[in-house]
Amino acid sequence: MSPIVKRKKEKFHLASKYWLLILTCVCVLLMVVTFMTNFTGGFLNNIGGYLFKPFQEGISEVGSFLTQKSDELKEMRVLMQENERLREENAALIAENIHLQQYKNELRELQDLLELAAAYEDYETTAARIIAKDTGNWYSSFLINKGTDDGIEVDMNVIADGGLVGRVSRVGANWARVTAIIDDASNVSSMVLSTYDNLIVSGGTELMFDNKLAFSQLLDREDLVMVGDKIVTSNISEKYLPGILIGHICQINMDANNLSKSGYITPVVDFEHLSEVLIIRQKKQGLEGM
Amino acid sequence: MKKGIVAAIFIFIFSLLQNTLFSALSLGGIAPDLIMILAVSYGFMLGRKAGLFVGFTAGFIMDLFFGVVLGFYALCYMFAGFFAGHFHEPFFKEDIRLPLGMVVIGELGYNFVFYIIQFLLRGRFQLPFYFLHIMIPKVIYTVVLTLVLYPVILFVNRKLDELEKKGAKKLD
Repeated sequence: MSPIVKRKKEKFHLASKYWLLILTCVCVLLMVVTFMTNFTGGFLNNIGGYLFKPFQEGISEVGSFLTQKSDELKEMRVLMQENERLREENAALIAENIHLQQYKNELRELQDLLELAAAYEDYETTAARIIAKDTGNWYSSFLINKGTDDGIEVDMNVIADGGLVGRVSRVGANWARVTAIIDDASNVSSMVLSTYDNLIVSGGTELMFDNKLAFSQLLDREDLVMVGDKIVTSNISEKYLPGILIGHICQINMDANNLSKSGYITPVVDFEHLSEVLIIRQKKQGLEGM
Repeated sequence: MKKGIVAAIFIFIFSLLQNTLFSALSLGGIAPDLIMILAVSYGFMLGRKAGLFVGFTAGFIMDLFFGVVLGFYALCYMFAGFFAGHFHEPFFKEDIRLPLGMVVIGELGYNFVFYIIQFLLRGRFQLPFYFLHIMIPKVIYTVVLTLVLYPVILFVNRKLDELEKKGAKKLD
């Protein structure tokens, strides 16, 4: 045996409190950076996406398959009755549709005359599946299975059931996060469809339990706005495209200042049971040129 | 080394299930907090450093997907794991009451911090409502799940200890 005994290399050791200090600084720094700038994780988002998304997708697939099966059994009877009713309704609607078609043609001709047609063109959409939900209970957001690879960008509007769901708030290569309009931090500038009065629609954690939205700052001097009126996104909204249905007014209160009104809205979207959504590829910021 | 890999697998599975399976299993919109269970369990079983790293990593994954800002969840869970680590040495790991208590304290503390920073500062003053409808149900649900998951994590780590001992004996 050689007289030289190799000494084991001293392992680099740092006490846990120093690690705590270092990581706390890292966290605080990250918070400040993400709060001040619009840095949202960059390549980390993509790594996370590639690691988690396949599994999230798989689990949600199995989950939705199971709920679908149980729902199918439950709703069979209801659906049969509904089918009957819908057939009758369908017949009536076909007749009505023909009428409307005529109106539409007439409208298009008139719009062409006014050169307004472009602004009312249907938006191009992409369908996506919800693969994970925020379970923090404080906020309402979820992940979808499309990302920058599919052309999804931050601030694109998301709809489902013909109503507004929310907007894309973070995006990775193959996933994106959608912040719902029922989220506590969400505010949407909207208007009453019948009177074009502007108002602000905001979500709230305490309202999420009743599946409601709150509205405020409605100036309605002539008292024309009624319970049941439709609320759509307004033209002056910064992030939301105009004319997307949000819901119906279910309660109106006069504010203490006797000038503005506030109240509650029932959204058209069933946020509890969402499984698929449509993302509008047109962004508000790009719409101005039209 | 082995323990690190197992911890990483735990983090992966728990953060995956948190937002898929348990969002489907949520009761009245309330889901349990698996990350808290994991961070506290690791802190209690393996000490401060383990709790701190597990909490930080799992929290950071939450941040990536659901954080309003990056680093907030990581910070909260890291402190929860670190706090649980203080009780590592003097107590038997088989006694589940202590980790249960720590989960309650950790969860309540985390939710209060969350409320103050993200809600109170935006002028949301309905603390009693949040307390009754979010915090308390969440703590209860999480505690119930701790009863199930803590023994699983303990079992796996005990098995790893045994394997390590066997390996050491073979070398003798």
